Formats: sequence, structure tokens, C-alpha cells
Amino acid sequence: MVIPCYYSFRNLWTRRLTTVLTSSGMAMVVFVFAATMMLAEGLSKTLVETGSYDNVVVIRKSANSEVQSGVERSQAAIVESDPEVAIGPDGRPLLDKELVVLFNLLKRHTNKPSNVVIRGVGPAGLLLRPQVRLIEGRMPRPGSTEVIAGKNIADRFQGGGVGETLRFAMRDWTVVGVFVAGSTGFNSEIWGDVEQLMQAFRRPVYSSVLFRLRDSDRFDGLKERLESDPRLTVDAKRETRYYADQAEAMARFLHILGLSLTIIFSLGAVIGAMITMYAAVANRTTEIGTMRALGFGRMSILAAFMIESLLLGLVGGLLGVFAASFMQLITISTMNWQTFSELAFSFALTIDIVWKSLLFSIIMGFVGGALPAVRAARMSIVEALRES
Amino acid sequence: MFFVKLIIRNAFRHRLRTFLTVIGVAIAVLAFGMLRTLVGLWYLGVEHASATRLVTRNAISLVFPLPISYYDRIRQVAGVKSVSYGDWFGGIYIDEKHFFPNYAIEPRYYLDLYPEFIFPPEEKEAFVRDRKGCVVGRRLAVRYGWKIGDLITLKGTIYPGQWEFVLRGIYRGKEKGTEERLLMFHWDYLNETLKKSVPRRADQVGYYMIGVESPAIAAQVAQDVDRIFKNSLAETLTETEQAFHMGFVSMTEAIMIAIQIVSYVVILIIMVVAANTMAMTARERVPEYATMKTMGFGPMHMAIIIFGESVFIAVTGGICGALLTFPASRWIETELVEYFPYFSVSMTTIYLDLAAACLVGVVAAIFPTWRSSTIRIAEGLRRIG
Repeated sequence: MVIPCYYSFRNLWTRRLTTVLTSSGMAMVVFVFAATMMLAEGLSKTLVETGSYDNVVVIRKSANSEVQSGVERSQAAIVESDPEVAIGPDGRPLLDKELVVLFNLLKRHTNKPSNVVIRGVGPAGLLLRPQVRLIEGRMPRPGSTEVIAGKNIADRFQGGGVGETLRFAMRDWTVVGVFVAGSTGFNSEIWGDVEQLMQAFRRPVYSSVLFRLRDSDRFDGLKERLESDPRLTVDAKRETRYYADQAEAMARFLHILGLSLTIIFSLGAVIGAMITMYAAVANRTTEIGTMRALGFGRMSILAAFMIESLLLGLVGGLLGVFAASFMQLITISTMNWQTFSELAFSFALTIDIVWKSLLFSIIMGFVGGALPAVRAARMSIVEALRES
Repeated sequence: MFFVKLIIRNAFRHRLRTFLTVIGVAIAVLAFGMLRTLVGLWYLGVEHASATRLVTRNAISLVFPLPISYYDRIRQVAGVKSVSYGDWFGGIYIDEKHFFPNYAIEPRYYLDLYPEFIFPPEEKEAFVRDRKGCVVGRRLAVRYGWKIGDLITLKGTIYPGQWEFVLRGIYRGKEKGTEERLLMFHWDYLNETLKKSVPRRADQVGYYMIGVESPAIAAQVAQDVDRIFKNSLAETLTETEQAFHMGFVSMTEAIMIAIQIVSYVVILIIMVVAANTMAMTARERVPEYATMKTMGFGPMHMAIIIFGESVFIAVTGGICGALLTFPASRWIETELVEYFPYFSVSMTTIYLDLAAACLVGVVAAIFPTWRSSTIRIAEGLRRIG
């Protein structure tokens, strides 16, 4: 004989206050669990979207990022002449020689400085990055002191909006356009004409060379050829790989932080569930005895209490995920230690995270309810009935 | 006295439940203390910065260099006691996982500006004399088993190539929190090599360190220095070391704020757990409260009993948690020395731990107290647990 499911459900309903308190404890843990996973997910989403699999980034050997790197004009020309570089619709190579420098910019409201990337791009820069779209204003005219700013910059930094000017390298640069680039890192960059910027910053070398592969499968051969060329001292990486490497430390930090927080917090919530379930068992000793006397087996008593505990966990999980879904509205912006520049990413909720969180909450319910349920199942009928 | 006895007896009526609650509170308080210490570490560099040191860097950003010719001009500014310079080298030892900060510095005056790095005098002199020499902090030397005279090779990321240094000195920090994981070597070594390999990058420094005569004139000196180089190719930005560190810290502030929020969430979670315990306890004891009321105890007495029990349990947990903080932080210091060489719990954190525990106890008791004081005697007596 099996105890009906609604017995467990009704029990939770009768002790509403306790149910709400226990579940909300679990909900908070699930919230932290989901939020840290969403953050890690948001970071990796930003990075994956920033790079394109068919693009190759060439930087100086052993430089970890474009900021540290330097590629001489002559070396860039050698890379440009490689047969694996794709040709664009206008018959020119789909290759962009770029300059990347960091610049200190003040935030609009807090007046706090932050390191922002200024990227000098050539005509192919936009073709190579189809995610980038101009939403306001126009493109800078080549050879002028005009720049366009990413959406994050325009919104959050002083002098970043259309018509405003930024002062650096002894010149005033007019912002003539704002671009968006999905959820990529380019949103936190300022773009201008590469030759102008090199002159202004007195940098005679490019930072990196970016190009599209003619045939994506032939990357390995190309990589070997470029890296073993005695005239070049460069590393070639797929763009996706390059950006993943850039935030490796940040991703690992978020992962470890999330994991340790979740473990510690879940201990607290499991203890909460355990207290609740022990109390539920203790309060209903007579009831359990009666049910056993009526002929319900030990297993069905065990099942009834387990279901109650799992339900408790599930309610907490649903509440937690519901609250965490609002985190998607928040964008975190922080400095990436590896590149030393501003990196903005938001919380991203995926189906995967939802079911993992729910599973996690049910596991917490299970762990919390297991011991009390066993105690309930092992009660002897006579003693349980005698108690009151 | 009677109440104290009653409270303690009550607290131990459900031993298992009390035990679990105490553990829960202890874990939460421990986590709270650890997270607070972690956030405190972030600001450690700011706290240890000296008020008489100024940092001059390129106004565009730290990645842009300043010409070495500024050295003599900065020295002429009134109020400047000594000037030195350095450059972030960013070399890698073995691989990227073995990260530690390394700088190319001008040896003599730089180390004088940092009295908190304590050297045996002969080692310092040996370092100053050897152009290929380097010095490291004690923790770094212990971690890699380096001894005086060892060869250390770094792979340059900003300045390509393999760079070899001879270890000439090991310093120890004056205080416990002083950074002991630095490697510093001669800027001249870097510069001479660059003159041969990439002449256009030679004769440039990353930043100037300025020692001023007294903290009171630091702001004036900073302004004077910046005014000299206004409208030049490399404009400067001079700020106190503290502000300089704060600049780094504020860039990563978002994560620290998140950790801080989370440290309050853990207290909230345990508040809910404790409130639940108290609510259940109170529900079970409704007939008892009714009996006590019949005997003439007022709502005030009920409140004392319930609050007392709640605070007693929470504070016991809080004390356990606070005591556990010490072995836990010692464990982190010894086991995770690479990440946290210094993980010391401040007294403020301990006080906050206990305050949080008290708060948990008080909040948990509010609802049961309200319930016990409003219950009508007849109803309470009629009720079955």
C-alpha cells in the first residue's frame, strides 16, 4: 500500500511558516548557485561571441594579449602575403592590421577611472567582425581625428557619446558614432583609424594582425608556417581560442568562487532542511504509528517523508531560479587582470543552468530529509502509538 | 537566575535540533568571516601604501612609458626628497601558473624608498653592484627553494626573450602584510639589452617613484610635477601610492561588491534557518506557554525566555564559528600560500561575526515571541502539539 502523494503535500501546507522559512533558506542557496553559474556562462558567452572561429589573430611570440604585443610593419606585410588569407569582395585581402592601446577613461557617474581599449582598425576591420553594427551616427572618415565608441563606452564613460570629444595623445577626438556588437567585448572599446592612432600615440608598430582563413581546416599548417618562419617572431591563434585564453584566469576565479560558496552555503541550507524534517517526524510520531498500524509499510512511510523533503527542496529551487532570472538585467563590469582592460559581461540564464539548479535543490532536499525519513520508517508501532 | 536556568534547560531539550542549529550558525559565521577577510585582502595594498610616496605615470595609461629624461627634472621639484623609477617587466617563470610580480628598477634609491623591505646590508650592496643581479621576497625564495647566487630565468612577455638573473638578496617584510613575493632587478640590465635589440624602446621607464619630505606637501608636489610636463608628448599623472593602488582596486570593485553581498546573504540564510528552529520550538510549546501564563507570567517573561534561548543558541554558534576562523585562516595561509600568503583575521571581523550571530538570534525570536504573547490561555491549553 502506498501513502498518497497529497499527504506529503498537505503536511507542508499545514506548517506553512516552517515550509516557507526552510524553502527560502534553500532558495537563497539556489540563487547563489544559479547566479554564479550564470555569471560564468555570461563570461564565456561574451568571449565565444567576441571571436570568430574562421579568424586568426597574429601577435608577437610569448605576448599574452594584443596590448603587450607588437608586430612590425614588415612582418605584417609577410603575413598579408600568405596564400591562406581570404580575399574580400573588393579583391583585397580580408586582413586587418590593428593597433590596441589602453587608455584611462573616467566613468560618467562615479568619476572613477577605468582602463578602456582603443583599437585602431583598417577598412577590413568591420568585414572581419560581422557582429559589429553601427546604431547611431556614422563611421569615422579615414585620416581624420574621429572615433566610434562601443555602446558600453557611450553609456558609461565621460566623453563617450556621439558629438562628445575625448582627449588623448595631445589631440581631441570627436565621437561620430556608436556601435553595438552583440554581447561581445567590443562593446567596451573605442575604434578609430589605425594610421591616425599610430601617429598620435607615436607607435611605429601594429599590435596584431587579424585575418579570415580561406579554408578553415588548413589552420594547423598555416600556424606552423607562420611560427617557424625565421623572418617572423609571432604566435598565430584562432580568434575564439585567443579570447578564451584572455579570460581564463577570470573564468577560473569565478568557477572556484562559485563552487566554494555553493558548498558552504548548501551546508547551511541542508541543516535547515534537516531540522525541519526531524521536527516533522517528531511531531507526527503518533500519526506514523497509526499509519503503520493501519498497514502502511516501512517503505511507504520512508517514501512519504522523502517526498515531503524533496518537495521542500523543489519549492526552494523554483523560488531561487525565479529570483536568479532577474539577474539577467544586470551587467557586471570589471577589470580583466590578464589584459588589464575593462571587461563587461552579464548574467546569462540557460536551460542547462535551470535544471542543474533544480536538481541541486532536490539533492539538498534529499540529503536533508534522508536521516529523518529513516528515523520515521524505523519506529516501532507500539512505541510510536504509546507516545503522546 | 531562574530565567537563565530555564533558558539553558529549554535550549537542550531537543539536543539534536539545537546541535544542528549551532552548527549551521557556526558555518555561516565562519563563511561570513572568511569572505570579509577576503574582501579586506583586496584593499591590503591600499592600506600598506605609504603617504610619503608618490607615483608618476603616463597620463594616458600605465602601459605607456615615460622618457628617462624626466628623472632630473622631477628631482628639481621643491619638496622632493628622492626619486627612483621602475618598469613592470611581466616576465613568466616556468609557465603562466607560476605568476609573481617582477619589476625592473633603479636599484639604489628605489630600495631606500621602501624601508619596509628589510635586507641584510651586504646583500643589498651585492645587488646594487651586480648589474645582472636581482632580489626577491622571502616567500618567493622559499616557494622555489632559491638561494643566494642561484640563476633565475624569466621569459619576457612585454620584452621578448629569455632573461637571466643572479639572485643577490632576499628581503623580508617589516610587517606581516608586506608583499614578499616580488622579484626586482636592474633597470639598466633591461635598458642595455633593449638598446641592442629594440633601440626605440630603450631609455623609457614605466613609472617614477617619488619620496616627498612630508605627507602634508604630497598634493602640492604632485601638482608641480604634472605641471612641468603639461602639453608634452608624455603628460604625467602623479598621485599618492594609496590613490594609485586604489585605482587598481576600484577597477575590480564589481567583484568585491558581489562577494560582500554574498557574505550578507549567508547571514540571511542562517537567519531563516534559526527563525525556523525557533518557530518550531515555539509551536511545540504553546500549551506550556499557556500554562505559564495561567501561573501569572506576563508577556515580558515569555519574551525573555524565547529571546534568551534564541540568542543563546545563535551566540554559541557564533562563538564556535569565530573560533574556527583562526584555524581555517591558518590552514589557508599554509595550504594556499601561493594565492593568499597573508590571510589574517582582524579583530573587527570577529566582533562583526559575534554581532551577526546576536542579530540572527534576535531576529529568529521575534515571530515566536509575538505568537506566544498573543496566544489566549484557553486556546493554548486546548491545543495538541
